[in-house]
Amino acid sequence: MTGALIARDLRRAFTGAAWLTIVFFLLVAALAPFAIGPDARLLSRIGPGVLWIAALTAALLPVERLVEPDRADGVLDQLFLHGMAEESIALAKIVAHWLSFAPLLLLAAVPASALLALDGPSLARTEVALLIGTPGLAALAVAVAAVTAGLPRAGSLAGLLLLPLAVPLLIFGAADAYLLEGAVSLLLTAGAPFVAGAAIRAART
Amino acid sequence: MTPLLRFEAVTLRRGGRLLFEDLDFTLRAGEALQVTGPNGSGKSSLLRLAAGLLSPERGRVERSPLALADDALALDSELPLGRALDFWGGASTPAMQALGIAHLAAVPVRLLSSGQCKRAALARAVGSGTPLWLLDEPLNALDADGAERLGAIIANHLRDGGAILAASHQLLPGKLARLELSA
Repeated sequence: MTGALIARDLRRAFTGAAWLTIVFFLLVAALAPFAIGPDARLLSRIGPGVLWIAALTAALLPVERLVEPDRADGVLDQLFLHGMAEESIALAKIVAHWLSFAPLLLLAAVPASALLALDGPSLARTEVALLIGTPGLAALAVAVAAVTAGLPRAGSLAGLLLLPLAVPLLIFGAADAYLLEGAVSLLLTAGAPFVAGAAIRAART
Repeated sequence: MTPLLRFEAVTLRRGGRLLFEDLDFTLRAGEALQVTGPNGSGKSSLLRLAAGLLSPERGRVERSPLALADDALALDSELPLGRALDFWGGASTPAMQALGIAHLAAVPVRLLSSGQCKRAALARAVGSGTPLWLLDEPLNALDADGAERLGAIIANHLRDGGAILAASHQLLPGKLARLELSA
């Protein structure tokens, strides 16, 4: 059932909003040269940070669609009745969410780096940092989506919850501190299924 | 014979309101029970309690593998009905035939009428192969043909050693024991 759920969530993402997320990422990256000016030296210095902010907002974009539709439509109930623990449901959703945005995001970072005048080595460093950080980001997004599922104005609330919690990832990721970033990402990925699982149980009426 | 569903002195309180207290009943193979009562008397909550989706305040619920058909469709609206049902496994084709929606297998779920949606939700339970079915308002939105098919399906399931707990304020087809909840 876990595999089927991941495949289903991926199919739903790619027939829907997965492309929007990537377009949004590129747009944010494209805005920076307009806001800051065409100074290539300055752009290449702040480029990795801009890519991180773009990645963070892109991961936040689909957060309302990660859990709430399945809660409202009884899918979470039926999965439970088919013997899936809430934590497994959450884990499957994290894997599916990561697969739906991270590989495309890593690809999109290449044209984005051109917009920001990043050279090869700093693009490579940012790609590695994004690869390490995105699982934590996906886990955080699913946990926040589960906590806010069913609440009014869940979208804005999700942003308020997710962005501060993502700050450690951002600090270590943008500083290329791979080990610390990896530790934070691992902690988020390991903890999020339990948070999301408990939230799914608590939201049941 | 081991019971498929057993409530032992079950008390359920929702939002501070006592819905029922010290409820005892047992469903064995071949038995069906219809829960009746006015709106808001806790029929659906009783079914969700039986399914394990709610926890009782006091008491114990023992259950065997079960299927729940309630108002939540839980089918991907963009997928054709056949594929959407297949996600939940089980024998979806004979179940769709039993409910008279086999010809809709290629139609996207979002285009189905409410009666067809009800039949689809019932088809998931019918195809699940579980011994215990929990049916929440199974007659809602069903036409005469649907109600007739439902009667036949219920009779079949009971004959095959299944059990059914149904919540409905309408009279269900077939001979079912009644459990009346008060408001």
